[in-house]
Amino acid sequence: MHFGPHLLLAALEGLVTSAVLALTALGLSLVFGVMRVVNVAHGEFFMLGAVLAWAISTAISGHPALGFLAALVIAPLIVGAIALVAERLVLRRLNYNPEATIVATIGMLYIIQQLALTFYGPEARPVEPPFSYRILLPWFGYSGYKLSIIAASALLLIVTWLVLTRTRIGLIMRATQYDSETAQAFGIPVDRVYGGVFALGAMLAAIAAVLIVPISQAHYLMGQDPLLLSFIVVIIGGLGSLRGTVVAAVLIGLSDGIISMFFSPTLAKIIATLLVAMVLVFRPQGLFGTASR
Amino acid sequence: MIETGKAEAKKTDALRIAGLDCFYGEVQVLYGLDLVLYKGEVLCLFGRNGAGKTTTLKAIMGLVPSSAGSIKLAGQELTGLPAHEVPKAGVAYVPQGRRLFAEMTVAENIEIGLMARGKGKAVRENVLDLFPLLRQRLKQRSGTLSGGEQQMLAMARALCLEPQVLLLDEPTEGLMPSMIAKIRETVSKLREMHVSTILVEQRVDAVLSVADRVSFIENGRNRETVDVEELRADPSAVRRYVGVG
Repeated sequence: MHFGPHLLLAALEGLVTSAVLALTALGLSLVFGVMRVVNVAHGEFFMLGAVLAWAISTAISGHPALGFLAALVIAPLIVGAIALVAERLVLRRLNYNPEATIVATIGMLYIIQQLALTFYGPEARPVEPPFSYRILLPWFGYSGYKLSIIAASALLLIVTWLVLTRTRIGLIMRATQYDSETAQAFGIPVDRVYGGVFALGAMLAAIAAVLIVPISQAHYLMGQDPLLLSFIVVIIGGLGSLRGTVVAAVLIGLSDGIISMFFSPTLAKIIATLLVAMVLVFRPQGLFGTASR
Repeated sequence: MIETGKAEAKKTDALRIAGLDCFYGEVQVLYGLDLVLYKGEVLCLFGRNGAGKTTTLKAIMGLVPSSAGSIKLAGQELTGLPAHEVPKAGVAYVPQGRRLFAEMTVAENIEIGLMARGKGKAVRENVLDLFPLLRQRLKQRSGTLSGGEQQMLAMARALCLEPQVLLLDEPTEGLMPSMIAKIRETVSKLREMHVSTILVEQRVDAVLSVADRVSFIENGRNRETVDVEELRADPSAVRRYVGVG
């Protein structure tokens, strides 16, 4: 294959990574932006999404698309409900203290992980894709499902942006993010907003996992990489910034896809880590974040 | 507390605070504070920095928990209400330093004010009539407004609640004289509209020009409340509690 088609293939693979990463990182970024909570258990909500997708799609017989669509709806709802319960039982009782919640979410990480190991087991299990259409380009054929992941992620990101900027719920979330005390003085029930945002963040991670699991596999340890990459993305993009999250996810995903294909995956990780280090040194608030007052 | 205000006998309560204790963590800030705000009056809280003036306003809003005492809004107990229910009961707060949502537009800040009590377009128009300058700035990010314009927006946002009681924390701080005059004028207009106001103020001239009564707060207690005419005639209280005048 010539360089051009090779590059196109690498870029497409990178965009698939970017799409999933943007959704996962957006969840992490929203939770930190609004609640000031660093959710170390975020990757486990991703893992739960994938494991539940396997369970739901296996339970539903018939065409694989049926099971997948059911998983795409039900798995995020279950993960959101679990996150809401965790927020009420753990984070609220800690009064959302930044240091205490880091320790608490590390505890949540291990609890969720070990529960998954206990009830799901150590095996990696595949989920059948809803369709297996290949798009034939002049140089190579490419999975139609992978392209649909990019489209679905873009659609969800646009919907999230519209909700945040054009709706009353978005206005309430932004007010809570900017100044929670003043938000309360204007009738905004900050505790309820926090609960909703924590559930929403977990649901975004779960949706990303359901989308990726047909080309990956569900495994109880699969939450670690998305967590690390999400932290890289939100540090580069700026915590709480939707635009920054998307730009950084595309940057990291594309560089990962291209550098992995032409050089090595290790070099791609080294470059991402260097990028994080440079951002932390020269622009600690991230590319699109605002400096804290 | 010594109540010498002449207004006491002829007016009804808008807000009554009795025996209020408040803590920041382990540190007690208010010690059995008593305070009465009558309907339609402007009551000024005056005192040194750290005396407990801002804490009093925050305690009314439920933003600082009280450990003892009561706060009654026209007879309705406010202590124990979640902070987000207090504005719905009819109390609006303009915090020190404005605390606008700086990344949001002027229109969005006003929208936040309208939401709590479900107020609509008519209230928005009335408020914008009070601050016509804001009408031209609706799409501007509030953080880019001048200090005076920001103060107007902070007051407009609070008035969108159509409050019975308005709490203003140092609204003239850091403003140009022309803006200070505009703020005073607005406070006087609000009195005509029967809005009861508690004003925390450091400037003696501002106090004398807009207040009906003045409460001197010292070490978390209301030491004395006097009519502003009495204070004009005998400003010794200002010297006694603040050391100026």
